[in-house]
Amino acid sequence: MKLSFSAEDEQFREEIAAWLNDNLTGEFAKLKYRGGPGDEHTFPQERQQWEKKLAEGGWTCVGWPKEYGGRGCSIEQQVIFFEEYARAGAPGRVGHIGEGLAGPTLIAFGTEEQKQKYLPGIVAGSELWCQGYSEPGAGSDLANVKTKARFDEASGKWILDGQKVWTSLAHESDYCFVIARTDPDSVAHKGLGFFLVKMDQPGVEVRPIEQITGTSEFNEVFFDGAECDAQDIVGAPGDGWKVAMGLLGFERGVSTLGQQMQFQNELDQVVELARKNGAGQDPTIRQRIARAHAELKIMRYNAMRMLSGQSGSDGSLQKEALIYKLFWATWHRSLGELAMDVMGPECEILEGGPYELSRLQSMYLFVRSDTIYGGTNQIQRNIIAERGLGMPKEPRVAAK
Amino acid sequence: MEFAFTEEQEMIRDTAAAFLAEVSTSEAIRQAMATERGYDAELWQRICGEMYWQAIHVPEAYGGMGLGYVEVVAMMEQMGRYLLCSPFFSTVCLASNALLVLGNEEQKSQWLGKLCTEGLTATVAFNGGVNRWDAQCVTATYRRDGDAFLLNGDYRYVIDGHTSDLIIVAAREEGTSGEQGVSLFLVPADTEGVSSSWLPTMDQARKQASLQLVDVALSAGALMGEAGNGWPALATVIDLASVALAAEQVGGCQQLLDMTVDYTTERVQFNRPIASFQAVKHKAADMMLQTEVARSGVYYAACVAQEALAGGELASELPEAASVAKSYCSDAYFAIAGDALQLFGGVGFTWEYDVHLYFKRAKSSEHLLGNGAAHRERLATLLLDKEDVA
Repeated sequence: MKLSFSAEDEQFREEIAAWLNDNLTGEFAKLKYRGGPGDEHTFPQERQQWEKKLAEGGWTCVGWPKEYGGRGCSIEQQVIFFEEYARAGAPGRVGHIGEGLAGPTLIAFGTEEQKQKYLPGIVAGSELWCQGYSEPGAGSDLANVKTKARFDEASGKWILDGQKVWTSLAHESDYCFVIARTDPDSVAHKGLGFFLVKMDQPGVEVRPIEQITGTSEFNEVFFDGAECDAQDIVGAPGDGWKVAMGLLGFERGVSTLGQQMQFQNELDQVVELARKNGAGQDPTIRQRIARAHAELKIMRYNAMRMLSGQSGSDGSLQKEALIYKLFWATWHRSLGELAMDVMGPECEILEGGPYELSRLQSMYLFVRSDTIYGGTNQIQRNIIAERGLGMPKEPRVAAK
Repeated sequence: MEFAFTEEQEMIRDTAAAFLAEVSTSEAIRQAMATERGYDAELWQRICGEMYWQAIHVPEAYGGMGLGYVEVVAMMEQMGRYLLCSPFFSTVCLASNALLVLGNEEQKSQWLGKLCTEGLTATVAFNGGVNRWDAQCVTATYRRDGDAFLLNGDYRYVIDGHTSDLIIVAAREEGTSGEQGVSLFLVPADTEGVSSSWLPTMDQARKQASLQLVDVALSAGALMGEAGNGWPALATVIDLASVALAAEQVGGCQQLLDMTVDYTTERVQFNRPIASFQAVKHKAADMMLQTEVARSGVYYAACVAQEALAGGELASELPEAASVAKSYCSDAYFAIAGDALQLFGGVGFTWEYDVHLYFKRAKSSEHLLGNGAAHRERLATLLLDKEDVA
């Protein structure tokens, strides 16, 4: 085991830190610490400009292979990039779904034509993506997708009808990757397709969902005869589930380290507040702050284990990767509660009317979604028990 | 950066696991724990002669194998898993560390050599019987008498104190308090005025003793380090031992998890293995989460401990890393032990099944060297009480 970085990597660290220091200024200065989860509705235009600025500096898609426009960074350098990015307080990325999910999926499963068509826009920060998975009837039971895709021989296009929900960034996105049922008689994870759908077309309607925070990051997306070119299906019709599941693996990549730096920024704010307002003298608050600190430290070590280790030869996730979502989501939810308890009665008072939340208030409310989206804590525990520990599945009720 | 065991470290771990599976069976544990000594002396001699575990991280210059603390942690994890009854923790993780941290060349040559090659055992005594593990726990006193020292005092919670050949004791100069005036001394167990006795414990698989010093006269050569300035070194020894103990706790967590998954998969009620019920699965999932998180915390602390001993930029992180690991692992082990007992149902409550051995170990190791709350308070002090935090 060795925890230090090489001299070459440390030089890389200086390079990205210097670039951020030089460029996160002027018109972009106001974006510092903004636009993360719970705050994604803020500064959409400015953050799109920032995405392009990053691209100009060559700082998008740093982990992608060079042949697809990436920087070809090693795992260590990606770790450094995400750490420095968050340390500088650089804003939440509007391009993260394209860079972290859509792109890697296309690199792994896409055709050469699809790669040529879609990857450059992601690298340039000019084309944004969203994810069309969940539906009103397909939440925890994600395979219960009802959105239909039928191939129209006359036009030579796929026609999509149905509804997606909890689609973040849909209103700003250029494209959506959608799982839809290609075989109308199929059930569960069979008979699905994985489609790349242009958002700006008559058959697509986006409606924001007003959240617990009073703001909207998530949306409903309605497909009513939406069109998708024949060459814009990833994999064969029926392979959609395989492609979608492959993509879930990408969600647990190095970007989690950047997320942790954001958590660190939030915890620092809570600690600073506790030092100032006297809550830091309360023995129970001291225990909770120390626990939050210890567990965040370990979250980082756990991610380092995840990145250093090898996946199982069958492509299965390691145990430390299986527990990762449940761990961070639960930790973050507790941090929200801790933040309010450190604030005390002041936690009730808003920054302004009618419902202008402070950063910590917004975080406190938003983190209630962390243990729900991307697989609820309950679903995570099923996955851990069944895949990680080999415990038998619950007997299933037959599909109707 | 490579945050994973090397192939060699994996081999050491796997060799230890295979050996322990053979020698530290449920029957062997129960035989050893029923004795006052607490371990099978023949097995310990075999470990010292064939496996050389007692010498693992001692530099070759002193007769050791010259490996690192990551290897110590890898071994401790397996010993916790198989609940080995032995003086390894006291001899290697307490006494050898104290010698490495604070001993002068002569003391290291003399005593590390004996520990590594002659099968002698040793421990460190410092707690006067109080429920804290900072400098205030050192209550025994010494008085200078020219170049020599006269020690008096009582100690409790001395691991293997009744069987150790060498006891490294901490005492404070009369009239001092807090971190001032603490010194460490090398005291062979047969020194005049030294008496120790076995303290029967709820966790029978690890033995504790009380120690009494009555006018124990020591020459200057027994003093480790500079008189009165021993606390920082003792604190480092406690941190190093805490990391090792946390590794033992991780091993216990893993074993309980494995036992629980096996048992609930075999146990059938309502015509189903009870492991197919979500109420059971979700508890097991939480056990796995806690085990893996605990493991990540310990492996990091092991790397830091290695640099604390051998030098390196992470050395100064030891107090924090040790408290992160010991606080999380202490709580995780006890929580997992409680859940395991619950999921085993009635049989988990019996003397016959092994769950109670781990349940008892979880509580004893939780409180040894500071429980979760104590280590969190230490972290809170680092975070909240310093004037200028970066």
